[in-house]
Amino acid sequence: MSQSERIIVDRLQSPAERYLKSWESLLLLVAVAIFIANSFASPYFLNAWNLSDATFNFTEKAMIAFAMALLIISGEIDLSVASIIALASTAMGAAVQMGVGTPGLIMVGLGTGLLCGAFNGFLVTRLGLPSIVVTIGTMSLFRGISYIVLGDQAYRGYPSDFAFFGQGYVWWVISFEFVLFAIIAVIFAILLHKTNFGRAVYAIGNNPTGALFSGIRVPRVKFILFLLTGLMSGVAAICLTSRLGSTRPSIAFGWELEVVTMVVLGGVNILGGSGSIPGVVIAAFVMGLVTFGLGLLNVPGIVMSIVIGALLIGVIALPRLWEKWRR
Amino acid sequence: MQAENHIPTGFQSAPVMALDGITKTFPGVKALSDVALKLYPGEVTALIGENGAGKSTVVKILTGIYQPDGGAIRVDGNPVVFPTAQDAADAGITAIHQETVLFDELSAAENIFLGHAPRGKFGLIDWAEMERRSRAILDSIGAEIDPMAKLRDLGIANKHLVAIARALSIDARVVIMDEPTAALSHKEIHELYELVEKLKSQGKAILFISHKFDEIFRIADRFTVFRDGQFIGDGKISDVTEADLVKMMVGRDVSQIFPDRTPVIGNEVLRVEGYNHPTEFADISFDLKRGEILGFYGLVGAGRSEFMQSLFGITRPASGTATIDGTAAQIRSPADAVASGIVYVPEDRGKQGAITALPIFQNVTLPSLARTSRHGFIQLAEEFKLAREYTSRLDLRAASLDTPVGNLSGGNQQKVVIAKWLATQPKVIILDEPTKGIDIGSKAAVHEFMAELAQQGLAVIMVSSEIPEILGMSDRVIVMREGRIAAKLSGEELTPETLVRNAAGI
Amino acid sequence: MLKRFLASREILLLGAIVALLVVIATRFPAFVAPSNLADVFNDTSPLILLAIGQMIVILTKCIDLSVAANLALTGMVVAMINVAAPGMPIVVIIMIAVGLGTLMGMTNGLLVWKLQIPPIVVTLGTMTIFRGIIFLISDGKWVNSHEMSSAFKAFPRADLLGLPVMSWTAIIAVILFTIVMTRTTMGRSFYAVGGNPHAATYTGIDVGKTQFRAFTISGALAGLTGYLWVSRYSVAYVDIAGGFELDVVAACVIGGVSIAGGIGTVGGALLGALFLGVIKNALPVVNISPFWQLAISGSAIIIAVALNARANREKGRIILKTAEHAT
Repeated sequence: MSQSERIIVDRLQSPAERYLKSWESLLLLVAVAIFIANSFASPYFLNAWNLSDATFNFTEKAMIAFAMALLIISGEIDLSVASIIALASTAMGAAVQMGVGTPGLIMVGLGTGLLCGAFNGFLVTRLGLPSIVVTIGTMSLFRGISYIVLGDQAYRGYPSDFAFFGQGYVWWVISFEFVLFAIIAVIFAILLHKTNFGRAVYAIGNNPTGALFSGIRVPRVKFILFLLTGLMSGVAAICLTSRLGSTRPSIAFGWELEVVTMVVLGGVNILGGSGSIPGVVIAAFVMGLVTFGLGLLNVPGIVMSIVIGALLIGVIALPRLWEKWRR
Repeated sequence: MQAENHIPTGFQSAPVMALDGITKTFPGVKALSDVALKLYPGEVTALIGENGAGKSTVVKILTGIYQPDGGAIRVDGNPVVFPTAQDAADAGITAIHQETVLFDELSAAENIFLGHAPRGKFGLIDWAEMERRSRAILDSIGAEIDPMAKLRDLGIANKHLVAIARALSIDARVVIMDEPTAALSHKEIHELYELVEKLKSQGKAILFISHKFDEIFRIADRFTVFRDGQFIGDGKISDVTEADLVKMMVGRDVSQIFPDRTPVIGNEVLRVEGYNHPTEFADISFDLKRGEILGFYGLVGAGRSEFMQSLFGITRPASGTATIDGTAAQIRSPADAVASGIVYVPEDRGKQGAITALPIFQNVTLPSLARTSRHGFIQLAEEFKLAREYTSRLDLRAASLDTPVGNLSGGNQQKVVIAKWLATQPKVIILDEPTKGIDIGSKAAVHEFMAELAQQGLAVIMVSSEIPEILGMSDRVIVMREGRIAAKLSGEELTPETLVRNAAGI
Repeated sequence: MLKRFLASREILLLGAIVALLVVIATRFPAFVAPSNLADVFNDTSPLILLAIGQMIVILTKCIDLSVAANLALTGMVVAMINVAAPGMPIVVIIMIAVGLGTLMGMTNGLLVWKLQIPPIVVTLGTMTIFRGIIFLISDGKWVNSHEMSSAFKAFPRADLLGLPVMSWTAIIAVILFTIVMTRTTMGRSFYAVGGNPHAATYTGIDVGKTQFRAFTISGALAGLTGYLWVSRYSVAYVDIAGGFELDVVAACVIGGVSIAGGIGTVGGALLGALFLGVIKNALPVVNISPFWQLAISGSAIIIAVALNARANREKGRIILKTAEHAT
């Protein structure tokens, strides 16, 4: 052989082809189908204000879900997110009693979220503890502190300009929360899909040992992911507290499961290694549309949870059942 | 190509177990095609073949882990099927696997008796009896192990003895030994040979898998050779020579040829002083020069990989310093090691070397992302350029650069891992068993490339358990035994005898 | 050496519980009166029963988050049966409860075994589905004390040799499962599967089937507890035992069960449950607001998992001769 160098082509499949065959496309079809079904089922569905109202069903959870998606792709999980909301909200409520203004409240909310995330990250990356147990522990601890502070009381009296974050509209039916949700989605999509950091997240999730052996600072990346998850919980706490106008220790109870459901529904592998932000965005809309649609039909919330639970298992089980069937 | 060596076997007795036309296919790979194997009572049959010849697949079929796609397994001439490992065990077939298939959290006794524990009243497990019988078996093989000790607290050799004891605890008719001497010391190997003789005298059929020809000629009665998943030949060991077997194994005459090189030794690049670890290694000191290939020889489990991983920042040594180009290197993580110019190609490619689910180009650029990106943002074009450059230098064979690494053959996976590290432009490259599990053709390519790297002034550390490779490639050799340096050899001192003697401690 | 080491983990916990009792006793001697301790044990019995099942599931590298929902659904079903057919013997009621719980456990197990869906996803899904079904069958209504037959309510409180049947159930379960886990092939297979699934396959143990069995046991115990819970508290509604699954996981973690699988004992699960039980019952006695309970159990989880990890920290391979017997 005279020519010793062989050039290997970069790609066999075009990116467009890849998107067409993806989970996200399937999910998008489901979302569209639900949208159409809803608009036939209820005359109140296709109404700009109703639809705008419906977005509040998922925007706050989705903000956390984006960070959670990265965390789960890296092979970890944070079940304490709802409790971080409770603690951050309590901290903001306490700050209000001390006469702190809106800018200060934002700092308190974000700061509490970051601190909680740092605590989780420290326990997982420094002490090497399994995140599922650690965050079941901090889930009780964070909310527990809220209960110690508040008991059966509630904080109220948030400044009137604080209401903007959860109740304000930027333009016509477009709420501030929805805009924030969209901006955060774009930021996380870029972070995960377009940066070295995102690449490291996938590498760690696919093979933590291999990533470490490739010179990636695995503990540092994971710590940052816990920080981000805490931060986004803080953001969600600000929005939710502003929307409700009060803080009780039971605030956002059970949200961690809905956030994880959203992430898994969005095609993120619960065992880590794969998933995308567009998938989570579509999953957020699917969950929001289902909740809103059933709500219009006067179906109680708990029954919606059956649908969500079945959706969670179904979306994973059906392709596998189909695979078994074909063999 | 010459005709296959098929030496007919004289049938004095009927085989207790036989494989007949066994075929096994995995997605994309035909692991076994139409192979035969016969095991006779009271005789040792050596199964010989290169890595990838299908030996381990055969063991898994014999023990019920895999189901064959075609052909028959016969016991006493009657076809049988083993849906699970338990069924194979019930038929009297037992295998001594590597230590990795034991349970760290369970006691030695339970590791020996799991699945067939002695029962007492109400069919409940009788722990006292289990302990008693374990002690008896362990004593019979000369192992000084407390049966109730947790396995994780035992050393590698002792774990291996537990695996042997497990095989003996089943009243087996067929005993499969998969490289049983790999981790054992010289003394322990001799005890194992005695054990094999004892099993033979009890009329058990033994399948012995080994890479060591001296061993095969020492204890085997018969041989069977596989190559690339095909049956090549079998016969009596007394009818063949080592050269015959090698020829059958690789399909051609091989006197392994190593690249001819005149080393150009430069300045000292790495100096390691007093590396110690609580349990893995002690007192490791040496230096390494530019353009040099330094071999690390030793038995499996001598602590070579453990030391290398410590030098690479995976584990923290208790004490010791590494100096690179005259300045002390602070290596606390692999990232630090890469930054100071030390890279490590691990033995375990699938788990440590490559991220098999990710495409080739992402694997190659993973440690070099800082160079191919702009302000932390990925530049795909730059990435493909770098990946293309290094994969073509290594003559990688793949459909495209976005093929997952897991779809490549062992040799090509190894090339991806080496390409990944060369792209970082290192000063010292550590290659841990670089040709293990790679076909002969790729082996020569890796050797050629290693020589080329040294020629270009890279300092190379090569960990290898293959004596020809160590002798053929290294300028100097460090032999390790039980976590310590047993000898530093160069020039005239480099002979197979000195290596073996120092590695085994005789 | 092995036995001493294994025992130490549980002895440590036992010591902690005793120390806790002693501290309480110095100020409030009434708390350690035998009758009060018996009450504490009785109150902790449901947690003990569920913790045993959860321990077995966690041993096999799985987790069952649906236990509390299983309990609630079974409880509601038997309560409604009791209302519809007050004359039905308690034995039949118990058989129905165990059978129903087993069925739900098997559902989890099948999804994990046959479709290889990650256990956390499966049980997260079934948890919300089970709760939703309670709402569907009860229409969101409560079954109250006065609707239940007196036999139905009396059984768990019936006195037998000075202890209520509820306590005896827990005691029998502890004894039975100690024997199962230490003296039967099935019991040991749970340890094998969690300790090294690869090696388990080589030993002829079907990993998936073993996990299925673990979920079945967990479900059966949850079903049994469902009846006991509803009859003891004389009420059934959608949210009973809400969030109790976390207490159950907490009891296991505190009891030294490793979330990575393969490590754990019935004794550990028992002590972990008792630790939480003592704290819960002691708080009102020592005049600490019950709102502290959540934070305390959260901290206990974190401390316990940190201590467990310390004990099991990877020590590296043992190569140096001097290292082998030093441990």
